[in-house]
Formats: sequence, C-alpha cells, structure tokens
Amino acid sequence: MTVTEPELENSPLLELLGGFIIELREAGLPVSLTENLDAMEAVTHIPLEDRESFKYALGATLVKNHTHWKAFEVVFEVYFSMRGEEYIIGSEAEGEFSGEDQEGDESALPGQGQPQGGGGGMQSLTPEQLAEMLFKALLNGDMAMLSALARQAVLRFAGMEPGRPVGGTYYLYRTLRNLDLDGVLEKLMEETKSQTSQPMSQFEERLERDEFLDRIEKLKAEVEAEIRRRLVADRGVEAMARTLRKPLPEDVDFMHASREEMSELRKAIYPLTRKLAVRLARKRRHGRKGPLDFRNTIRHSLSYGGVPAEPKFRFPRPAKPEIMVVADISGSVASFARFTLHLVYAISNQFSKVRSFVFIDGLDEVTRFFEGVEDIGEAVHRVNTEADVVWVDGHSDYGHAFDVFWEKFGRDLNPKTTVLILGDARNNYHASQAWIIQEMKKKARKVYWLNPEPRAYWDTGDSIVGEYTTHTDGCYEVRNLRQLESFVEKLV
Amino acid sequence: MENHFEDVTGVRASLSDVNYLADDGIAGIVYLAERLGKPILVEGPAGTGKTQLAKSVAEMTDARLIRLQCYEGLDESKALYEWNYKKQLLRIQAEGAGDWNEIEDDIFSEDFLLTRPLLEAIRAEDRVVLLIDEVDRVEVETEALLLEILSDYQVSIPELGTVEANQVPLVFLTSNATRELSEALKRRCLYLYIDYPDLEREREIVLSKVPEIDENLADQVARIVRSIRQLDLKKSPSVSETLDWARTLVLLGISKVDADTATETVNILLKYRTDIEKAIKEFADSPDGLSDEEE
Repeated sequence: MTVTEPELENSPLLELLGGFIIELREAGLPVSLTENLDAMEAVTHIPLEDRESFKYALGATLVKNHTHWKAFEVVFEVYFSMRGEEYIIGSEAEGEFSGEDQEGDESALPGQGQPQGGGGGMQSLTPEQLAEMLFKALLNGDMAMLSALARQAVLRFAGMEPGRPVGGTYYLYRTLRNLDLDGVLEKLMEETKSQTSQPMSQFEERLERDEFLDRIEKLKAEVEAEIRRRLVADRGVEAMARTLRKPLPEDVDFMHASREEMSELRKAIYPLTRKLAVRLARKRRHGRKGPLDFRNTIRHSLSYGGVPAEPKFRFPRPAKPEIMVVADISGSVASFARFTLHLVYAISNQFSKVRSFVFIDGLDEVTRFFEGVEDIGEAVHRVNTEADVVWVDGHSDYGHAFDVFWEKFGRDLNPKTTVLILGDARNNYHASQAWIIQEMKKKARKVYWLNPEPRAYWDTGDSIVGEYTTHTDGCYEVRNLRQLESFVEKLV
Repeated sequence: MENHFEDVTGVRASLSDVNYLADDGIAGIVYLAERLGKPILVEGPAGTGKTQLAKSVAEMTDARLIRLQCYEGLDESKALYEWNYKKQLLRIQAEGAGDWNEIEDDIFSEDFLLTRPLLEAIRAEDRVVLLIDEVDRVEVETEALLLEILSDYQVSIPELGTVEANQVPLVFLTSNATRELSEALKRRCLYLYIDYPDLEREREIVLSKVPEIDENLADQVARIVRSIRQLDLKKSPSVSETLDWARTLVLLGISKVDADTATETVNILLKYRTDIEKAIKEFADSPDGLSDEEE
C-alpha cells in the first residue's frame, strides 16, 4: 500500500501512464508537458490500489476542464480499472469467457447468502430467478449485489464473442433488452405501493420513482463498465481506447449525436452562452478608442492656452447588427437549428434586433416565441412544436420557403440586417429559387449560410448548397459547438 | 516542508472533524496538493462549498486563512503590495535637506511597504492558507499577477528584490466558471471540480449542519432536492439552499414533507420565478407525468 520505493514499480507504471496520456491527447484533451510531469509525480504519492483516489489524482493534474471529465473517465477505465486483482479476467487462463465469472462472482459476493453459493455461482440460476434477484437488489438498493448481477447479465445476454468486430453499444443494447428495466421499474413501483399501509400521494410516488431510476442508472453503468472490461480483455487497451473514445461535448456532431450526447450538448450550451456573452460584453467595453472628438479636444485645449495637448476621443459605439435567422427545422438538421437559435437568443443583447424564421416546406416567423421569455430552452421547444412550417408534404423545399420569405418579409431587409440561413440545402430536387438569395444579398448587410454537413458532402445527392452560396457572403461548415461558437463570435 | 497529512483517509477524517464532509475526490486532491506543493483550482456551481473547503482546511490545519476576494479591476496595489506614499512623503519632509541617496534607500524599505493579501501570505511566519476567491472575476491580464506566486511562491518587488515564501502555503483558488481561465493559470494548479453532492453525502451534510433535524426528514429533504436538480432549471438548488430549507422545515415543526409543504416552501430552494413555477408544476402534475411515461 505504501509508495516508499517508487523506483521499483515505476517503470511499468510510467509506461502505462505514457500511453494513457497519449490516448488523452488523441481524444482531444489538451495535456501539456508540465501537466504530464505533475501526473507522474502525483502517482508516486497515491497508491495504485486506491483506485478512486488514483483516478482523482490523475484527473486533478491532467483534466482542467470539467466538460472533459467524461472523456477522461472512459480512458481511465480502459487503462487502469481493469488492472486490479478483482478484475482479472479468465481469458488469459482459460482463453474464453466462460471461466472468469466464477472468480468475479465469488469476490463480489462474499457471504451474500446466495441460494447456490459455491463455484457455480449465479450461472445455474434460471432467468426467472435472476430477474427476481435483480428485482430484490433494486428494491433494497443493494449495490454489491447489483454489480454482481450486472456481470452475470452481461455474461448471459450480451452474447459476446472474442474477436467479433462489434461496438460496445450493441452488447449494451442486447443486455438491457433482456433485462426489461422499464417493466422492472413498474413492478418496483407496485411493490412499494402495496408495502405501504396508506396509499401514497403522487408526490411520494414521484420521489420513490426517482430513487429507483437512480438505482437503475447505476445498474446500467455497471453493465456498461462490465462490457468495456471484457472488450478490453479481448482486444487490448490501445485498440479499445480508440473505439471507445468519446468526443468532447464541443466536438459532438450535431447531426449524428446520440440521445445521451444531445442531453450533454444541452447542458454544455448554457455555460457556453454565458461565457460567450461575458466575453463579448468585455470586448465591447474594453474596445479600442473611437475617432477623435474634435469638440472635446478644443475645449480641453483651453487649459493649455489653446494648444491641443490632450487629444480626446469619442467612445466607440460599434453598430449592433440586426439579425435574421432563417432555419431549416426538418428532421435531419433540426437539432442544429435548435442550438443555433438558442445561442443567438442567449446573446441577443449583442444585437439590436433578432428575428427568427423556421421552415420545412412552408415558412413561419417564430420571433414571438422568444419575446419576453426567460427560458430560451422552452421557447426553442415551442418553435419545434407550434410553428406552422408544413406547406405540402413536410419535406424540405428551400425554394418555396424562400419564396414565402421574400414575399412576406423581403421588404424588412435593410442595410443593417445580417441574414443567417441554416440548413443542409437538401432540397429534394425542388426548384432552388436561388435568385432570392441574390436579391437578399443586395438589400441586406451580409448573408451567411451555415451548413451542418461536413464539407465533403456538400453538393452531393440533392444538396444544392453551392447554387445558393455563390450569392452569399460566406458559407460555413458548423458541425459542432466549437465551430458554432467561433462563428457567432466572428458575427458580433 | 513538513507534511501534515498522513494519507487520503486521514485528510477525509480530519475534514469531517471540522464538519466538512469531503468525498474521495476532494480529500485526495487536498492531500495531493500538500504533497506536491501545488495550488488547487476549485470550480463548480455556486453554493457547493468551494470557499468553505478552504476555510475548513485552514481550521483543520490550525492555519490562518488569508483571503483575497477578486473583482473586476483588481490590481497589484490591492492584491500584492503598495508603497505607503503618505509615510514616504512625511519621511522626506522630516529629513529636510539630507542626503538624497540615503533617503531613497530608506523610503523604499520594508517599513514603507503596505502588504496586501498575496504578499502577506508569502511573508507569513505562521502557517497560512491562502484563498483567492472567485478568480474568474478578474480580467485575463490580471491573472498574470498570480502566476509568479502560484508557481514559485515568491513576489518580485522592483525596489526591494524578490520576497520568497518562508513556507509553502496551501493555496485555494475558486471559480464559478463564468469565463475560461487562462491556460497558464490552469497549468500551475491542480483542478478540482466540486459538483452537487450525491444523495448520501447530501443527507449527511444536512444531518451534520442541522443537528436538530431527524433522520427521516433529512433523507426526504435530500431526495426532494435531488429530484428538483433533475429538472431543467436556470439555477439548481445549492447545498447552502438545501440547508436553509432543512432549517426552515425544522423551525416550522414539519416532520414530513408532502406536496403542499414543498410547494409552500420551495421559494427557499429556488430563486427564479420560472424555476419555482416549474417545480410547483412538477409537484402537482406528477399524475399526468406518470401516465405519460406509462404510455
């Protein structure tokens, strides 16, 4: 447990740490040389056996941004978590998966009062018995039992085969499908209800439900960890680290984000907008001096006997642009539009006026949803559910949408307006009406197009982004928060 | 420097002696900070005990807490040191026509130096804990002031030379993350993120800080707060707000929280009108919410 002779165990550990840090950098975390050295020093103070502290020690020296913590955790787990005694996987000894659960179960279940006990462990249980045990463990919040059950469930249901090139998500899905956790939750609720003497109020019921959901989340995490552990044993650390690598929230692709990543993104956007707003406000305040204030200079020159010794400058008052956001909210690009609207409204005090329009094949102004609301997320949600954007069939028709925009709102464009058009320009082979963009550009200050597709896909298939963007002042690829943030900053 | 902490569990235990319930991460990083002689940058939502951690560590090590509250416009003369101009002026006048070189040496000596928190922490003879609070409020340029002290524990004064620390103080920087701190600053620190505590820890915190509360109520309080934090709110309830709420419930003589009590007192937990409305709706609407999920 002590680390009095670090030299003795240093070299393999340092080697491992080296690989670990390379992987962190690959995953996009900025790890500097000093941080690397700090980490190496830190680990000599913390025993490797104390896994939690070890993890936090590495985290504290290497990860300086909380949003990167998730990515760090995954890499850590791959590199270090599987190395403890209790995780020794039988594959080295037996060469296949069947052997290791016994060791695993025994060490995880010391005296749990197993009906079978002994070497057979849980393997001899029928699925019904297993489900029953899972139910009880969840009901009582028995964490040790839950993690043992998670291992058993993976072993039984995931159907993992060595060398099979399938990702962890597939196995996770297979395991969870067999556990039927939604059904279990309902059963748990019924059980609790029947146990209490007087009927539960809705409020109490809700609290109970949250508690069970929390336990189920923990179970899922255990299952996921177990799958990872097995995959690492099968394929080796480096290969697994690569496949499991999770993009940092600011690098998650809007169009291909999973549900989980989406909720991460939603959480990330609040601090992002706040930081952006602070930064922009500061930039405005500390901006360079404005042009010479002739009148003021002359007035002050009187105290120097008419010599303009102290030039005075006007305060800079850069004009705030007016913004019109025209966003495609059809299925594939909806989330992109959502984030952009969110960001634009969050910093709307940087603009003199913000108006927003959404379309699929029809177009609707949605500025009203944002007026006087405190909660931008709520407003964005209303845009998606209440706006009247379907004209014929609900498939993107940029041409018609621009037609409507031009007809109804074209006269509102003026030399102060900046127009942002959001969309992938996948027009389902309708007429493009690109002349409208050309006209818009003549009347507006700037017209920008933001495309959430990778640049390589532009103008392939039914994408006609090139046709439109010849008339705009710029077309930007905006696939993730990082790109969105840098665009918005440039805009202001 | 002498090490005060034996190991991580020791830190955790002594922190809990001074009524600060740390988790493994917090205790581990405090331990590591002393071992490595590095400052700790503490980030996290408001009201999760960032400042309290520094205070508690000071209390636990019997050290004096020196606090520098940051704000926009903070400068050298408020953070590091300042020359006492008035006293210097008096000295010059009192001397009259003396030898100028002598006077100059004299007025730029330590007698005329006003120490500000950072220099004070460096020069302290006794054991100190330096707390640089809300460091994200200063401008990026001002951060540079801190760099020398954070990495080398010294302050350079042009007229006097370099003042080095007698002992390496434990330094805490806190930030509410309203802006990204500079790389240079982050690189010099250990990073600790204090999030809202989990259910068990929050319950323990409530129990230890509100001793007159009974266990069931504390459990209920922690659960309700957890449920509220899961809502999509502008500002989730902080630990200090949880404690306020628990105290209120005790004062009102409530032993069991039901939907009505929660609705009536939720304004202690939440400070935005929209958040309060959302929470109340959530308390009242649960039948609908549930049936939605079942479908």
